[in-house]
Amino acid sequence: MSGFQTNSRVIKWIEHRMPVFSFLDHAVGSGYPAPKNLSYMWNFGSLAGMALVIMIVTGILLAMQYTAHVDYAFDSVERIMRDVNFGWLLRYIHMNGASFFFIVVYIHIFRGLYYGSYKAPRELLWMLGVVILLLMMMTAFMGYVLPWGQMSFWGAKVITNLFSAVPVFGESIVTWLWGGFTVDNPTLNRFYALHYLMPFIIVAVVVLHIWALHQFGSNNPLGIDLKGPQDKIPFHPYYTAKDAFGLGVFLILFAAVVFYAPNYMGHPDNYIPADPLATPAHIVPEWYFLPFYAILRSIPDKLIGVIAMFGSIAVLFVLPWLDSSPVKSGRFRPIFRIFFVLLAIDVVVLGFVGANPPEGTWLITGQIATFWYFLHFLVILPLLGVFERPRPLPTSISEPVLKGGGSMAGATAKPMEKA
Amino acid sequence: MRKGLFIGLAALAATACVPAAGPAAAAEEGVELPQLEWSFDGPFGTFDRHAMQRGLQVYREVCSTCHGLKYVAFRNLADLGYDEEEVKAIAAEYTITDGPNDEGEMFERPGRPSDYFPEPFPNERAAAAANGGAVPPDLSLMAKARADGPNYVHALLTGYEEPPAGFELAEGTNYNAYFPGHQIAMPQPLYEDGVAYADGTPATIDQMAADVSHFLMWAAEPKLEARKHTGIKVLIFLVVFTGVLYAAKRKVWKDVH
Amino acid sequence: MADTATPAQVGSGETRRDFLYLAAAGMGAIGTACVAWPLIDSMNPSAEVLALASTEVDLGPIAEGQRVTVTWRGNPVFIDHRTQAQIQQAEAVDVADLPDPQPDSARVEKPEWLIVIGVCTHLGCVPLGQKTGQSRGEFGGWFCPCHGSHYDTSGRIRKGPAPLNLPVPPYSFTTDTQIIIGETEAEA
Repeated sequence: MSGFQTNSRVIKWIEHRMPVFSFLDHAVGSGYPAPKNLSYMWNFGSLAGMALVIMIVTGILLAMQYTAHVDYAFDSVERIMRDVNFGWLLRYIHMNGASFFFIVVYIHIFRGLYYGSYKAPRELLWMLGVVILLLMMMTAFMGYVLPWGQMSFWGAKVITNLFSAVPVFGESIVTWLWGGFTVDNPTLNRFYALHYLMPFIIVAVVVLHIWALHQFGSNNPLGIDLKGPQDKIPFHPYYTAKDAFGLGVFLILFAAVVFYAPNYMGHPDNYIPADPLATPAHIVPEWYFLPFYAILRSIPDKLIGVIAMFGSIAVLFVLPWLDSSPVKSGRFRPIFRIFFVLLAIDVVVLGFVGANPPEGTWLITGQIATFWYFLHFLVILPLLGVFERPRPLPTSISEPVLKGGGSMAGATAKPMEKA
Repeated sequence: MRKGLFIGLAALAATACVPAAGPAAAAEEGVELPQLEWSFDGPFGTFDRHAMQRGLQVYREVCSTCHGLKYVAFRNLADLGYDEEEVKAIAAEYTITDGPNDEGEMFERPGRPSDYFPEPFPNERAAAAANGGAVPPDLSLMAKARADGPNYVHALLTGYEEPPAGFELAEGTNYNAYFPGHQIAMPQPLYEDGVAYADGTPATIDQMAADVSHFLMWAAEPKLEARKHTGIKVLIFLVVFTGVLYAAKRKVWKDVH
Repeated sequence: MADTATPAQVGSGETRRDFLYLAAAGMGAIGTACVAWPLIDSMNPSAEVLALASTEVDLGPIAEGQRVTVTWRGNPVFIDHRTQAQIQQAEAVDVADLPDPQPDSARVEKPEWLIVIGVCTHLGCVPLGQKTGQSRGEFGGWFCPCHGSHYDTSGRIRKGPAPLNLPVPPYSFTTDTQIIIGETEAEA
């Protein structure tokens, strides 16, 4: 049994009283077995965790300098940019970190969609992930309001106004959210309090997410179960090394944006202080909300539009039960692959639609794309499960290697003994 | 096959990045902004101190009558190449309202480096009343508050022309080729030789517009040079570091591959 | 096949630290330190706070015997244009008798100008004595009403719970009648 071993007396002393080292070893160390065939698509979970850490660290430091009052918020952010030592760096990291967090999480989600990582026994893992996505969206929405620019204010106004669509209680709900009769200081203050709180709730759900993951371990690109120790390698050093390299690539791209295009993903209107009497020509949310914004605006009825927008995420929750195919990985599902690509295109199209006014060609495109999105999850996936003939699955992960060249077998990495 | 799928999706994502994120470079009706070469463009960009000093002069002599610069303090002007004495002298030219004093009254005193550029109007209503109902916006962030800011400001300032035939110009507005909607409340602010540059540069409209745009880019983002300079160091470190990490990864994985 | 191997044996079976891993770890440590510094430095006083770190005061209008209070870094600073009587009184005190021994000469640049931070060294109240009519305590300087500390005409503690003399801020004369309290702007 490969257990945690050490020669250090200090570590042994602590370990005896609180087995944190063996816990870590079994969680992320050499005592945690992982499939040996994980591709780089499996880097994005750890990248998401890193993004969360970056957001919390920069967020706390920014919170030391920010003032959450309608008369001072915008000024305090400019003070951060101009007078606080490295304030500009903190702000740009935090602002672009949100975008990169979503980039990484969206890729992570699409990885899950393609390889069937949401299927049994990982349904709960998947649903916890959707919860994390929802919490991220709430956190990002409230965070964007804090600088109190034009887009901050008007984005808040539009989205909070949506809740008036709720029958009977709608107006009261909106008044309750606002703490007043419009988006104003009480709204800003409570958004600040909640924006500070929610990342820590995200941390807690991430812990649950990883706990659920470790029950059965990671899925893998072949989507088949691990048959024995020959299919596994210890997380450390194999995936710690690979994740570290992936982090390096991520940081290069992140640094390139932070230092050379920090405002590219933002909107210039947010450098104008909020004016409740002047509506911007086009109210646009941040890019990561655009597909949902498109779905919302594609339906002329306000209430149904809201339901559709939330429904687009609700549909993800029940995905494990919509996709009835017993085959996990898209690699062995030739028809599914086509629809997967179509879904990816559809989501990008929805993003473009969300960035444009809901008129003419854009509106129709948005409606078709919205329809297709729901068709994919609610009709196509269930049907595929019934009618698709998958390719034959390999017997095991190690099989392609063992079958191929005889010299390979036995010279593979030290196989994991059953932990 | 697998690689093809991955590359295809990456290409899709890249296409999505290009125009969807940004609100588009040109003004809304598709009017192309003339693109100047700014010394602060590019990964190694720096501010041109002489251009900024001329731009400051344009701001002080022309724009400051109506437009504030509230986020810029006199001490920040050291970035333009002025030494401590020059900064103090510029500050002292301004009268700042301070107080209340021991008698409970507000009083006036000469500016100090720690003071900010004073507002031209006591409040927004006064600003609107003095300008036909339109409030002249503060210029501290103008270069970032418009898409392709510096080029937009320059284009706007040089874009005053006769309205095309048949164009109905509303009362109290002026035709500008680059302002969205083409009807701008601000009358043409810059005229040939409107400012006597201290360094003797000919003060053409184009020159003054470029200089003040340059100055306003600094005003909007005084940390631009520090940002780009730090970026080079960070990226070089990260590229080397990632290379080392890649080599380490390959070494760890040698026996598995 | 499967020998029981410790997790450290990877790759070709070497157990000694490889230069590559050392380099990676070392660069990681350097990178982390380089990242940590700006984060910590952001908590240091920001530029606009440092801009107010020094105050210039024109002493010209202050008559002999007059006391003026200015603000420096958020605290009151007492400026006392001392009379000859007050100067002699301060110099005549036997330093050994003082709870916080300090000769008057060590506390002034020009004897007629006493400049001290007006915060009682006991628990931080602002002592009385700056305005006409206020008590100056038993030693002609300042009196702190919170817990009864008495300061003399050199701002030194003479009686009461305060442990130290009123602190003298860093200042210098830029002209005969102008002082700058705190660092100069060039140093800030």
